[in-house]
Amino acid sequence: MAHEHNLAIFRGRLKFKSNEQKIWGVLIFLSIVTAIEVVLGIYKPTALMHPLISPFEGGLGATLMNIILSPFIFLIPLNFIFLFLTIVKAYYITWDFMHMRDEKASLRKAVVWTFVFLALYIALIFLLEGDYIYEVYKTSLIKWNF
Amino acid sequence: MGATVTTTEEKIWNGGNEPMGASYGKMMMWFFILSDALTFTGFLAAYGFSRFKFADSWPIADEVFNHFPFLHGQDLPMLYVALMTFILIFSSVTMVLAVDAGHHMKKSRVAFYMFLTVLGGLVFVGSQAWEWKNFIKGEYGAIETKGGSIIQFVDQDGKRIKLEEFAKTLPKDRVQHERKNGIWFTKEASLPDYSVAEVVEGFKANPNIYVRTQEAYFDKNDKKGVHPTLNKEKHKTILTREESLARLNDAVHVVQGANLVRNEYGSKQFANFFFFITGFHGFHVFSGVVINFIIFLNVILGTYEKRRSYEMVEKVGLYWHFVDLVWVFVFTFFYLV
Repeated sequence: MAHEHNLAIFRGRLKFKSNEQKIWGVLIFLSIVTAIEVVLGIYKPTALMHPLISPFEGGLGATLMNIILSPFIFLIPLNFIFLFLTIVKAYYITWDFMHMRDEKASLRKAVVWTFVFLALYIALIFLLEGDYIYEVYKTSLIKWNF
Repeated sequence: MGATVTTTEEKIWNGGNEPMGASYGKMMMWFFILSDALTFTGFLAAYGFSRFKFADSWPIADEVFNHFPFLHGQDLPMLYVALMTFILIFSSVTMVLAVDAGHHMKKSRVAFYMFLTVLGGLVFVGSQAWEWKNFIKGEYGAIETKGGSIIQFVDQDGKRIKLEEFAKTLPKDRVQHERKNGIWFTKEASLPDYSVAEVVEGFKANPNIYVRTQEAYFDKNDKKGVHPTLNKEKHKTILTREESLARLNDAVHVVQGANLVRNEYGSKQFANFFFFITGFHGFHVFSGVVINFIIFLNVILGTYEKRRSYEMVEKVGLYWHFVDLVWVFVFTFFYLV
């Protein structure tokens, strides 16, 4: 309660006069982000519907490149934008609404790093496994759609 | 000397020691939020697993969630959930404003903003109930085949059509089994409006109807039996008339709307995950509303005024924002991606 609010967002580029003003500012920002998502979701521009790069083939180097550039190889740009904007929204909700910006760095790290590590870990395992089963359904002799 | 030692111990053990600069209550709220966030992560990861597994046959969200209140029969994807998202974000804002007013010890402002937050929460839960109602009721109806896949019906322009638009009325031989008729006092799930035979006969009588399967169509693979003109890249595959009739031979159920066993939208997992994840989130919103209401009453009674601290408002605020945070992710993974 006693500690001061940090009133700057966008890495200090936008400063507000009072905490209340900052709240409204963040609301406007989150609304704009949501509106962008909705417009993209309704119109689904065809330019964003195909991955930017097709997978590299052959050798260890190609595999490594496929891993490093995976967001651009296995995700269509539209979904990449959606995921990015979601994380942006999550950041501002946590930092400004939940006052993470005003907490000590140790608390921030204890909460965020723990979550990010475990979430990425479980998502990686589940999605890789899901994709593997997809390949099995597609290429093997199992027939399910009759 | 002894007195000093005692004070130090009191300072350590009675909440005086604040690791990471957060009070005991706030710290515990963060513990809870972190673990709850991981629970939701597990659910969403499981959802992603099923979606990856059925990547080509997963229902398209824009076709399922396209209702808007008072605008019946119009295809309006995204708008309603966008509105719900906005309502929840707005109620998050009133919550922060309540916390901010609490820091300045303005009792009536806190009460007012808490009231608005509770109201926003109730509107959101109500919206979700409406969304569920539409989802459960369904719109077009579909047929389930022997293999458990869902087939839907389109007209000559590739537009979805409802079962009632073409199903024939045949003499009924099947009566709904009710509790009062059976010796064991059990009842069966309500029968669909049409029997399989009625749908199949209606289909045969209308030459301009085609079957749409669960699977996505890709230009590069030319499968047999795929309609030559109606298909679009990455949309559900529409079959030729002959292939459609062949598919209908395997029809076993008429499916209208959704339940936990089958749904007219496609993959069975889809409805299950929708009910489970949005239901779990809705339950969080509901409990958030209840907690917020209790805190609202406490504010009015002056509990925190006497305590000279509105930290309790801040703590429930954390929970409320967390609910909003989860919705941001549910919104992305169920409606956008």
